[in-house]
Amino acid sequence: MSLLEVSGLKKHFPIRTGVLKRTTGWVYAVDGVSFNVEKGETMGLVGESGGGKSTVGRTLLRLTPATGGNVTFEGIDVMKASRGEMQTLRRHMQIVFQDPYACLNPRMRVRDIVGEALTIHNVGTAAERKKRVAELLEIVGLNPEQAERYPHEFSGGQRQRIGIARALALNPKLIILDEPVSALDVSIRAQVLNLLEDLQDEFDLTYVFVSHDLSVVKHISDRVAVMYLGKIVEISDSAVLYDFPQHPYTEALLSAVPIPDPVTERSRKRIMLEGDVPSPADPPKGCVFHPRCPRVQEICTTAMPRHVPTPGADAGERHEVACYFPARFKDGQRFVADEPFREALPEDQA
Amino acid sequence: MADHLLEVKDLSTYFFTHAGVVKAVNGVSFTLDRNETIGIVGESGSGKTVAAMSLLGLIPDPPGKVVEGALMLGDRDLRTMSDEEMRSVRGNDIAMIFQDPMTSLNPVMKVGKQVAEAIILHQKKSKSEARRMAIEALARVGIPDAPKRAEQYPFEFSGGMRQRVMIAMAVSSNPDVLIADEPTTALDVTIQAQILDVISEMQAQFDSGVILITHDLGVIAEVADKVMVMYGGRTVEYGPIDEIFYNSHHPYTWGLLSSLPRLDASQKARLTPIKGQPPNLLLLPEGCPFVGRCPYELQQCRGEWPPEEAGGPAHGVHCWLPADQRLALRAALPQFRESAA
Repeated sequence: MSLLEVSGLKKHFPIRTGVLKRTTGWVYAVDGVSFNVEKGETMGLVGESGGGKSTVGRTLLRLTPATGGNVTFEGIDVMKASRGEMQTLRRHMQIVFQDPYACLNPRMRVRDIVGEALTIHNVGTAAERKKRVAELLEIVGLNPEQAERYPHEFSGGQRQRIGIARALALNPKLIILDEPVSALDVSIRAQVLNLLEDLQDEFDLTYVFVSHDLSVVKHISDRVAVMYLGKIVEISDSAVLYDFPQHPYTEALLSAVPIPDPVTERSRKRIMLEGDVPSPADPPKGCVFHPRCPRVQEICTTAMPRHVPTPGADAGERHEVACYFPARFKDGQRFVADEPFREALPEDQA
Repeated sequence: MADHLLEVKDLSTYFFTHAGVVKAVNGVSFTLDRNETIGIVGESGSGKTVAAMSLLGLIPDPPGKVVEGALMLGDRDLRTMSDEEMRSVRGNDIAMIFQDPMTSLNPVMKVGKQVAEAIILHQKKSKSEARRMAIEALARVGIPDAPKRAEQYPFEFSGGMRQRVMIAMAVSSNPDVLIADEPTTALDVTIQAQILDVISEMQAQFDSGVILITHDLGVIAEVADKVMVMYGGRTVEYGPIDEIFYNSHHPYTWGLLSSLPRLDASQKARLTPIKGQPPNLLLLPEGCPFVGRCPYELQQCRGEWPPEEAGGPAHGVHCWLPADQRLALRAALPQFRESAA
C-alpha cells in the first residue's frame, strides 16, 4: 500500500453568472487524476498555469472539496472522513504555500503562527509548546529568539522558513509543497531547497512538490507527473522522464526551459508550441493537448488517450503516458510510430 | 560621431527617504551597440530596474534622484535634456517593455486604441493612420487576427498575448534601444520561449540594441551577448557572455551559478547556496555590498570599493581578492570543476 493513493480525482468549479448566480458552466480544473506516492518519496507535479497542479494539492487535503474520485492516506479514505477524523488526518498531512508574504498572518507573532497548530490539537502544556516552537525555529534555521517578532520583520526566504516550521509542528508524514520557492531569489531558493531535502532525510517525510519550474522539480523529485489542462499526460521516475520524455507536451516543456550555459543553449533546438493553453472551462474534445500538438492526427481529436505503460521501451516500468503517438526509445534510438498506439484508446473503442 | 549607440558612465541613482539614503544604483557603467543584447542580472533590490528607469528619466523625484553620471544616447546626454526632449526620446529612441503585462495596460481601453495612442503621442500621425499602424504592429508581433483583436479589451487577452501587445507598443516607433524589464517572468515557459523569439525578431528588424533585465541566468544564456552582474546597486562583474559563465571572477557570480538547479545536471546533486540574507539597502557598506555573505571576505572589503580589474577580454571585475587567489578558489568549486573538464 502506498502512503497516498489518488485515483480519478476531479475538481470542477462552477461558473456563476447573472443576478441569480446560476451555474452556466464548469471549469474543469482537475479532471481525472490518478497517482500514488510512496513513503519517503517526493512526487513532483509540474506544468503550466491552469494545469490544475495547485488544485490537486488543495483537494488532497480537502481544503476544497473534490467533485469526484478517491484519495486514501495510509488506507483511510480522505474524501469520506468525518470532521473529527479529518482533524486527525491533518496532523499527518500539511501544506506549505507559495507566497510567504500572503500566507502568514501579519498580526500574529511568529511563536503564535508556528504554535497555532499545537494549540488547536492540544499538544502538551504551554511550556512544552513554547519549547517545541523554539525547537522548530532552530530546525528550519531561524534564531529561536526571533519567536516574538512579526512576519514583516523577516525577508522572503525567512518567511518561507516560518511557513515550513508551521507545517512541521505536528510531525506530519506528508507535506504538500505548493510552489514553495517560486517567490524567492535564486540564492535564497537554493537555501530553502537544501533545507527541504535535509528535513526529508531527518524526519522521513513524504513530499508532493507542486511547481512550474522544471529544473527545480527535477532537482528535488523522485517521481514526476506532468499536468496539462487538469490531466496528467505523463508520469514517471524523474531521471527517466527527463532523459526519455514520451509525451509531446513534456518534450516541448523540457525544450523550452533555458539552461544557464551559453554553449549548450546555442546547440539546443527548441520545440515551439503554437498558441496558448486553452481555457479549462472549455477544454478541447479528444486529447486536451491536440490543438497545440506537433504530432496531432485524426485519432487525437476523438477521445482522450488512456494512461498506458509503453512497451518495448528503454524507459522504466513505472513510466506511463497518455498519448497515441508517444516517443519511444529502443537501443538508445528515439522513434515515433506511424500507427497510433491502440492500447491508449478508451476501452469501448479499442 | 559617438562610438556606441548608448553609453552609461558612472550612473548613480539614490533615493532620499526618511529612514536614510538608499543607494539603489551606485557607479554603474556600460555600453550598448546596435544589434547587441546586454543582460543585466541580479536579485531583487540589486538596482537593475532602477538603472533602466534612470535611463528613461522615470525616477520619481522626490524621493529619487540621478545624482551622478553621463547617459549618452549617441552624442546627446539624456541627463541634460529638458522634459520635452526626454518625452520625445521615450518612445522614439528608447522604449521599454515592463514585467507585468497585466497591470501595464489600461483595462478599460481597447487594445488597438492603446497602441495607436502610443503612436500618436510620439509620431505626427492622424488617428486613422495610427490605427492602421497599430494593427500592423499587432500583427508583426504575432497576434493572430489582429484587426479583430485590436477591438478587444486587455482582459480578453492571455498573459503571453498581453506581453505581445506591450512589445507592439514599444516597437511601434522603431526605437534604437529596447529595454525589457523581466519581460517573461510572469509567463509560462512555452510562452516565454515565444516572447523571447518575438523580441529578437523585432531587434533584428529594427537593428536595435536590447537591454534585458532578468534574474534568470537561463534566459541570459539564451539571448544575451554580454552580461552585467549587479549586487546591492553595484556592478560586481561584467563581460561577454562566455566570459561570465565560464571565466567568472567574482564570488557572487560563482554563488549565483552554483545555486541553480539545472535541467542538464545529474539528478540530486546538492546545490551550493549563497549564505545569509539579501542586504538591507539602507545599511550598505562603503565597500563591497557582498560582504557578510561572501565566503572569502578580506579586511579591506567592507571599507573600500575595489577598483576595476580585467578578468579577460572586455571583462571587468570588482573584487579585492588577488587574481591568482581568485582563480585557485574558483577551480575548487564543483560547478567550475565540471565545466573545466
